[in-house]
Amino acid sequence: MIENYLILPVIAHLFTAVLLLFFWRRTVAQRIISIAGSFIVLLAAIGLFTRVWRSGILVMQAANWEAPFGITFVADVFSSSMVLLTSFSGLAVSVFSAVGLARARMQYGYFPILHFLLMGLNGAFLTGDIFNLYVWFEVIIISSFVLLTLGGRKAQLEGAVKYMALNILASTFFLTGIGMLYGITGTLNMADLAMKVPLVGHRILVDVTAIFFILGFGIKSAVFPLYFWLPSSYHTPPSAVAAIFGGLLTKVGIYALFRVFTLIFIPDDFIRTLLIILAVLTILTGSFGAIIKRNIRRMFSYLIVCHIGFMIGGLGLFSEVALMGALFYLFHDIIVKTNLFLIAGLIRQLRGTMNMEKLGGLYAEYPRLSLLIAIVLFSLIGIPPLSGFWPKIYLFEAGFMTGQFTLVAAIIIGSLVTLYAVSRMWADVFWKRAPLDDAPHEDRFQRMGIGKKTLLVTPIAFLAFISLYIGLGAENITAVVQRIASEMMDTTPYIRAVLGKS
Amino acid sequence: MEILLVVLMGLLYAAGIYMLFRRSMVKLLLGIMLLGNGTNILIFLLGRITKGKPPVIDEAAKVFTDIYADPIPQALILTAIVIGFGIQSFAIVLLKRVYVLINSDDLDDLNTPEDEDI
Repeated sequence: MIENYLILPVIAHLFTAVLLLFFWRRTVAQRIISIAGSFIVLLAAIGLFTRVWRSGILVMQAANWEAPFGITFVADVFSSSMVLLTSFSGLAVSVFSAVGLARARMQYGYFPILHFLLMGLNGAFLTGDIFNLYVWFEVIIISSFVLLTLGGRKAQLEGAVKYMALNILASTFFLTGIGMLYGITGTLNMADLAMKVPLVGHRILVDVTAIFFILGFGIKSAVFPLYFWLPSSYHTPPSAVAAIFGGLLTKVGIYALFRVFTLIFIPDDFIRTLLIILAVLTILTGSFGAIIKRNIRRMFSYLIVCHIGFMIGGLGLFSEVALMGALFYLFHDIIVKTNLFLIAGLIRQLRGTMNMEKLGGLYAEYPRLSLLIAIVLFSLIGIPPLSGFWPKIYLFEAGFMTGQFTLVAAIIIGSLVTLYAVSRMWADVFWKRAPLDDAPHEDRFQRMGIGKKTLLVTPIAFLAFISLYIGLGAENITAVVQRIASEMMDTTPYIRAVLGKS
Repeated sequence: MEILLVVLMGLLYAAGIYMLFRRSMVKLLLGIMLLGNGTNILIFLLGRITKGKPPVIDEAAKVFTDIYADPIPQALILTAIVIGFGIQSFAIVLLKRVYVLINSDDLDDLNTPEDEDI
């Protein structure tokens, strides 16, 4: 079905960003426009999702060039649900940054860049052309460079050098892969590639190309030997920025891996084994890193790495049940990780630090806020019936069915370490008595008016509510991921929708 | 012609990766640039080199009678060059700022102690 509607989540962010540029340095107007823009995109994304859910895959051919020659935009259930989750996170971050961010950062173009970044994310999810995916990736990284360095503190710039070098390297690998893919097939359209790649005689050449894609997307999604840039940069920017990065930037790498390795390269035994080994090592290194870190955001950064392994493992198992588990985890992870970094920002507003040793006594002072945060932390750990619990069942089931017991063991270790690290953080930050030091902490939250307090807490409550829905309404999410997984195992509807023939 | 380009591409990749392994920030930057150029030549090469056959097709022609130079790799390279230019100029400004702040060109000096959290 040809439908121009599906580009709306991209266009709306573009217009919001351009409009914001006209309000340079007028921060009050910028905050209102940003929140309104994110809200409009959320409505568009809900509309897109319901349309795709009801009437199947939507396709738009840019400038009406027919499919394998022009640039195609495709919205299937996978991309439209990613756009929907991005819009939830985007709205929450827009609202949070209205209060949680220093005024000086807003004056130098924080909000326009944020919307350019969200535009890039939506574009990457909706494109059906592999080179266009590269372009959207570049839109994302150049915006993320600016967001990461905005403010120019020393630690921020140091983190940004590592982040920048590794991400440019990832793009180069990705581009090399695209070049080789074009060389062996002569096309860039993903649906067309899906038909042509299986017919290529040189399987070794195809595997080498696939390795380039694993390297490129692996760096972006922080897979085991390639993740070092993440924990050394994610703790530096303001929390609102870290929330978008932690929730969405690594997940767009995961999205690309899932898209490319279910549509273009169907994983053979070699790729599957490789992905499973990477997943096991990612889970283990990520979880060991999380244990030793005493700064809240550094710990969360390692937890991101750890949980990336769950999704890569699901892809490596490559059965319908495994994909369902991995996708369910992906949905849960986007919302929870965004929320975690917002919570870290809130804790900083309350206490002026994120070092667990200097924190304490939050539960005694803010019992209701602490309970709200507890819901999010429990979802992260996966206490039944909250959202982190259900995907693990599918992953275990798939792991036992295919006999990959190492991966199952790694997932169990990863979950236990998450439980340990988070409960230690809970004990330190919320239950422990506040340490008695000479300098009294500054509580910026206390001094805020009721409006500002609401703006700061609402996004956290909003995302916590979505997490609760993912957990308690698990049968609806299961229906969504089941449909995505079956679309991944049988790609003919996708190819037929794009190319207009079977 | 192909073999020349292959050798050039190999040199650019090798030099780029060698530069990335150095500790100096300027060499890191040069490494990124060389690697990017190597990739551009790779795309150019994999689009098949066709000499003196511009992709201009006679209006009256109904079917292709002759092979012609593939314009797509050139469009891809052009896009990649423009994107690379933007990102490299950002990288230069960032590295300059870092150099001014920490007064060193050594990547190993980029470790401000753990405690400075925001």
